[in-house]
Amino acid sequence: MNMDKLILCSPRLLAESLSGKRLLEEEISLPEKCFHVLLSTKQLIPIPAIENQKGSVKCIRCGNTSKYYFSEYPCGICQQKHLYCRNCIQMGRISECKPLYIWNGAEVHWPKHSNPLTWEGKLTPAQSNAAAQLEKAVIEKLPACLCWAVCGAGKSEMLFPAITAALKQGKRIALASPRVDVIRELFPRLEQAFQDVTIEALYGGSEHKAGKSQLILATTHQLMRYYQAFDVLIIDEVDAFPFYLDKSLMYAAKQAAKKQSTTLYLTATPRKNFRLQMKLGKLPHVFVPLRYHGHLLPVPKLKLAFHLTSQLANKKLPNAFQKWLMNRQNPQRQLLIFGPKISMIKELKEVITLLLLQTGAISASEELQAVYAADKDREAKIKQFRNRELHALITTTILERGVTFPSVDVAVLAAGHEVFNEAALVQIAGRAGRSADDPSGEVIFFHDGKTDAIEKARQMILDMNERGKKL
Amino acid sequence: MNFCVYCHERIEQPLTWSTWLTVKKNNVLCISCTGKLEMISGKRCKVCSRAWSSSICLDCQQWRELGDNIERNYSIFHYNETICEMITQWKFRGDYLLREMFRNELKSAFEKQFANNAASLTVIPIPLSESRMQERGFNQSLALAEMLDAPIKQVLRRKSGEKQAKKNRKARLKRDNPFSITEPLKQAALIVDDIYTTGTTVRQAAQQLKFHGCPEVYSLTIARS
Ligand SMILES: [Zn+2]
Ligand SMILES: [Zn+2]
Ligand SMILES: [Zn+2]
Repeated sequence: MNMDKLILCSPRLLAESLSGKRLLEEEISLPEKCFHVLLSTKQLIPIPAIENQKGSVKCIRCGNTSKYYFSEYPCGICQQKHLYCRNCIQMGRISECKPLYIWNGAEVHWPKHSNPLTWEGKLTPAQSNAAAQLEKAVIEKLPACLCWAVCGAGKSEMLFPAITAALKQGKRIALASPRVDVIRELFPRLEQAFQDVTIEALYGGSEHKAGKSQLILATTHQLMRYYQAFDVLIIDEVDAFPFYLDKSLMYAAKQAAKKQSTTLYLTATPRKNFRLQMKLGKLPHVFVPLRYHGHLLPVPKLKLAFHLTSQLANKKLPNAFQKWLMNRQNPQRQLLIFGPKISMIKELKEVITLLLLQTGAISASEELQAVYAADKDREAKIKQFRNRELHALITTTILERGVTFPSVDVAVLAAGHEVFNEAALVQIAGRAGRSADDPSGEVIFFHDGKTDAIEKARQMILDMNERGKKL
Repeated sequence: MNFCVYCHERIEQPLTWSTWLTVKKNNVLCISCTGKLEMISGKRCKVCSRAWSSSICLDCQQWRELGDNIERNYSIFHYNETICEMITQWKFRGDYLLREMFRNELKSAFEKQFANNAASLTVIPIPLSESRMQERGFNQSLALAEMLDAPIKQVLRRKSGEKQAKKNRKARLKRDNPFSITEPLKQAALIVDDIYTTGTTVRQAAQQLKFHGCPEVYSLTIARS
């Protein structure tokens, strides 16, 4: 018996799989007859997928309004030119030709779990304080609450009480992140923590596709399929992500949450307007200034290297870098080296390998790898590094968040480059000292002129440590 | 500022003397994406464009023995992972704009390779099946054809079959042709399409065209797999 038939037999299953979504016809995997019955009985309602009014255009699914991300095609079906959205096209093309469908049938009643939490760990005092605030936000139905937690604070555990509270009330919950790595890492942990709750992780290429569980983990793109679906929406890692993606996430979040809902933001580097709202007292928030192991954040050292930019462009490494390599406090620690651009990383791999061999940081050239976003072997290389089969990894900002290794030193080459904004640098620094066994780790930023971002990132870390010392 | 239509990276054009001379006017791909495309260069089969050390490849020799009906196929790129992904994004995801990735090369291949008879060629797109049209909304072959400075005639039609699977099996047995002709074409034809794989599609189209009086059939394709 296939899924379609099953859904046909059960109005409940039909509602579970279609309610709270906004889908293209091709995404609704129902037999044609069934689809038309749902349409004619107004259980499914078509809405225009692109809003085109007085010269301003908007993709209803992803919220894109930028002309750059719209294009046109001559439609062979209606013999007309149609606008289509390029911003969210990997989810199926949104165009003026085909409507989106929203569910208007029976409401779904999600189970009220009397005792859903199967996790038996203990929160640190800093974690419990934040966890209680987030839980309170859910119980009191606050529209939003932000948790400003340092990298390595142990964010997922802090969410458990809030999620538990929501599940007890029979609410539907989503946790969204722009980073697929974050979703992949969180899924098994949540599955462990809530063993009797239906959970799905949705991302490009994930094994789950249906998205009809009470607890949903989703990347930004996957969240776009939802519409007024969630009572509680948790957004992980809200910070200075590339601007257009960031805008999409905020739009998707707003669309996916119910009108009466609670949004919890989790971040180590809140965006400007959130910081403003916090200052104005408009956004309830809580700090977690200490890592789960109770140690302070490693503070980045800033190292001026004259002519760094032109040196790197000529495949030369600054002397300061060599000096640092030879004088590391603990040469056993693995090395994470960040560069601003893929092209630079590829170019520098050879000279860095040579230098690391010279300084004895590695004993064979295979102990160093370069990894970047579009790298086919990205996951394999990260795994090798995690298993300590690699000693050093050169990378772009893709590794700046989400991915953790227990014991590393972190160096940023050209920290003054524009890709290294304040949030990115805080996140990069946050890779060091993650383990209780080795909580310190060195962080060093090489630059040839301090940028605002460098100064602010360092200040943010110092501020957090000040708060942490008071605990 | 210019962005790559494919990867959205900023297009940086380092203006050194050597690149300055070769920079194309409307670059739509960044250097990195351009670099991943492999042009077919060097020796190739003069019939089908496959990289081949002697003049005609084994496949095409076989076609010749059976009585080949196309004069020549010219392909621009090797079919590699990148072009496969690009074509998928364009055709199957329906990102129509991405045909721009091929505009320059397609035009210059047309002008250079068909210089002798460019003026007399009529461009013929391969028609799309009804169901594909419903999915995609555009015909990629027509989209390519429209980028050439030549008259287009949509004289081929795909025979409608209610049951594709059944029909295909029968078709294979009977060597039935999926195309029919809406109007005979008396000039030389240039079929334009995205990928040349086995060459069967082009030859099926050519068979119909020639049967109705078309004197010569050429083909121009983006990639040779
Ligand atoms: Zn869109
Ligand atoms: Zn249309
Ligand atoms: Zn050949």
